[in-house]
Amino acid sequence: MTSDIAAILGIDGIATGAVYALVAIGTVLIFTVTRVIFIPFGDIAALTALTLAALDAKRFPGTGALVVILACLATLIEIISLLRAGEPRLLPRALAFYLVLPLAVVGAAWLTMRLDPPLAVRLVLALMLIMPISPLLDRIVFRPIADGTVLLLLTVSVALHFALVGLGLLFFGPEGVRTEPLTSFSMELAGVLISGQTLLIVIAALVFSGLLYLFFDFTLVGKSLRATAVNRTGSRLMGIRPARAGTIAYLLGSLMAGVSGILIAPVNTVFYDSGFLIGLKAFVGAIVGGMTSYPGAAIGAVGVGILESFASFESSALKDVIVFSLLIPILIWRSLASLHSEEEIEE
Amino acid sequence: MTRAQIQLAALAAVVCLAVAPFVLSPFSITLMNYIGIYSLVAIGLALLTGVGGIVSFGQAAFVGVAAYATAWISALNGYSPWLGLLFGVALTCSVAAILGVVTLRLQGHFLSLSTVAWGLAIGFLFGNVEGLGRFNGIASIPPISFGPYALVTSSQIYFLIWGIVAVVLVLGYNMLDSRLGRAMRALRGGNTLVESLGINAFRIKLATFVIAAFLASLSGWLYAHLSRFISPGPFDAGMGIEYLMMSMVGGAGSLLGGVVGAAIVTLLKNSVQDYLPLIAKGASGQLEIVAFSALFILFLQWARQGIVPFVAHYLPKAKRERPQPAPPLPRRSQPAPGELLLKVDGAERRFGGLVAVNNVSFEVRSGEILAVIGPNGAGKSTMFNCLTGALRVNKGEIVFAGRPITRDAQSRIAKAGIARTFQHVKLRPRMSLLENVMLGTYARTRTGLFAGAFRLNQREEASARHEALMQLERVGLGDKPFELAGNLPLGNQRILEIARALAADPALLVLDEPAAGLRRQEKLRLAELLRSLRADHLTILIVEHDMEFVMSLVDRIVVLDFGSKLCEGPPSAIRSDERVQEAYLGGVA
Repeated sequence: MTSDIAAILGIDGIATGAVYALVAIGTVLIFTVTRVIFIPFGDIAALTALTLAALDAKRFPGTGALVVILACLATLIEIISLLRAGEPRLLPRALAFYLVLPLAVVGAAWLTMRLDPPLAVRLVLALMLIMPISPLLDRIVFRPIADGTVLLLLTVSVALHFALVGLGLLFFGPEGVRTEPLTSFSMELAGVLISGQTLLIVIAALVFSGLLYLFFDFTLVGKSLRATAVNRTGSRLMGIRPARAGTIAYLLGSLMAGVSGILIAPVNTVFYDSGFLIGLKAFVGAIVGGMTSYPGAAIGAVGVGILESFASFESSALKDVIVFSLLIPILIWRSLASLHSEEEIEE
Repeated sequence: MTRAQIQLAALAAVVCLAVAPFVLSPFSITLMNYIGIYSLVAIGLALLTGVGGIVSFGQAAFVGVAAYATAWISALNGYSPWLGLLFGVALTCSVAAILGVVTLRLQGHFLSLSTVAWGLAIGFLFGNVEGLGRFNGIASIPPISFGPYALVTSSQIYFLIWGIVAVVLVLGYNMLDSRLGRAMRALRGGNTLVESLGINAFRIKLATFVIAAFLASLSGWLYAHLSRFISPGPFDAGMGIEYLMMSMVGGAGSLLGGVVGAAIVTLLKNSVQDYLPLIAKGASGQLEIVAFSALFILFLQWARQGIVPFVAHYLPKAKRERPQPAPPLPRRSQPAPGELLLKVDGAERRFGGLVAVNNVSFEVRSGEILAVIGPNGAGKSTMFNCLTGALRVNKGEIVFAGRPITRDAQSRIAKAGIARTFQHVKLRPRMSLLENVMLGTYARTRTGLFAGAFRLNQREEASARHEALMQLERVGLGDKPFELAGNLPLGNQRILEIARALAADPALLVLDEPAAGLRRQEKLRLAELLRSLRADHLTILIVEHDMEFVMSLVDRIVVLDFGSKLCEGPPSAIRSDERVQEAYLGGVA
């Protein structure tokens, strides 16, 4: 391997890694606030790419129908649980939040579609259509078992991933998509050609992690999220609603996953089931950060990207085997590094 | 239900299974074959997940290793499928042993995540190795044959499959009811208790893990020779989840649940394939996985416990007979009264900059009750943890019965004859009083895995059962040995812990705040019990907070304050010691 090839592989790896980093940061965010290891994040990224491709092709994406179905389900569950709890006065708010808001988003997207909007608007539309999905899934799937063990939540999350893959196939079909590049700019750095897309990916990753940092350190909502992550009961006593913190975490996480989906769509062909590998590799990165550290997760994810890039040069067939085998030593290192208190398993 | 009734029910099930191939259609028999094959994996998972508390997403990979191994031997190299069985089982168990050694020290969800990782890695391997046919798989795998008689049709292999399932169930239940099985069942809920009983938790976990992989390898072998063609699909991550689902639906922790879960999931999947096209034409493939995942999620939300435990709840409880007298278990030679038993010499333990135990020395002599007391934060619990091996001292030495134990692991210290109880009671609430106490006899008995599974251990088992009952009677809990430990009030739970410790035939009994949280009457009963144990020449070390409880009971007291030893002496001297009064009540102005 010459240094030229190494440089190209390195840059390629950093770009892939930056995409994973966005998803990894979202994974850490959700895990710390809700203790859910949200495997379906990769699927959210893939669905965003598919949504954008559908919008580009002037078709209304199946994501709209998905959001409507999930909104109806979530509303139904919310109504039942509110009536059971004997709090019908909260119904209007629940309806507004779980039914009207998502439907309004879908409606607005549908109307905007008629006007044949430019690319920038289509990007926003794709993100808007994607963002309600995970908070609604949270309401439907995770909230009833929010107090379960991490393992139970993980099992449910894995099952949810398979449901989403099935829905992806149902709504978007088996064809892969590749969207038009967001920029045609390219530059040469030390003799290596760097495409504008690569730059964009890295910049987007940096900007979004920076924004997240500002959000957590300088806003009250961000601080309440951190408090929930540290101690659910304690923050509940301080008037923070863990459910609301969870919703915000899911919204933010979906935004990150959505952006990564948009960024990866012009570079790689995305299929309905591409999300699993994106999600899992991001997840390997998140584990490098011990599932708690955002910079750790980002660095880990970039590392996974670089490793994958070099591994696919050496043996493209075995690159996934290499990446996932590597997870085991990382897990052992993390497990040794973390102070493990004895986790009592529910009986 | 009596034992005879259970045997009758099992016999009826066997007869039904034996008659089934003569009654059912060929398609139903094929379905039954797959149920049997999946059952084996699910039974392994029931052991691993339900009993041992290790959630594995990767069992499908083990099935695949064995299936590919036997296909490679028989289809590609032309040897007998029986050689494939040997090779497949050996390879799978070796892979499992290596993975287990590497990963089983991981905690909680880290461990489960590692199963996702190797499950995926092995799954990808099948589709990408040149010699294994890549994604096209391996075709024309020969059938299993007994001499000239080949098992070609599904009704022929049916008996082999369900014969294996039946044998596995019987051996599995035997094993769970034996010494190692009890240790496995104790794994759920944390290592501290298990180690304190002289059980090497890691080895038990490894054994459970390899057993589950062994069952998966049997399944893989049968699968390869039943379907006669293999490709990577049936061994991928999705199938790993499906196996987990089977064992959870049936009721994780119940071996029979593995079979029931495999049957339900397989039949459900089959009917979903039949009926979905009627609802949504052309989209059935996609909807199948969605419907399936949704059902699984609903199941996890509403009926986590599983079907078999749910049904068992409504069946009459098994009537069990009180253990009969049996020859006693061997006892250790107890030290002579007054002999030096435990010597702590200059013990020091730091946590970062905090010195929790600072140059503490004391001795325990055989036959006495010694109390270590001190105000909150005095270092009592740290001292205690150093004695029992839960923590290591940074400096100093601890000698027990003439042997240094300073660097020993918890389970070795327990084997040497120190039995302990816990400040926060650690029992296995789903096990009976008798079984909880029998856990204490682990280090005194030696039945292995095979002896347990084939019931070659009945004499020792009877002795252990009788010993446990005697200890229950000794502490006054002998009237309901089959009650579940979780149903006892706290006071009796503490007493049960003492019975468990006594069942280990200890030379030294170490009690960590035994009176904490007890009501007055319960404290009096506990003191009474400890006095009677001293009358039996047992040496007891108590770490305690409650002055009143200690003063009336013990022979000598060691007082700790801010990690250092303040003084030592009989209760009367301690009571009048000004330094102690100052430590407990604040300085006299």
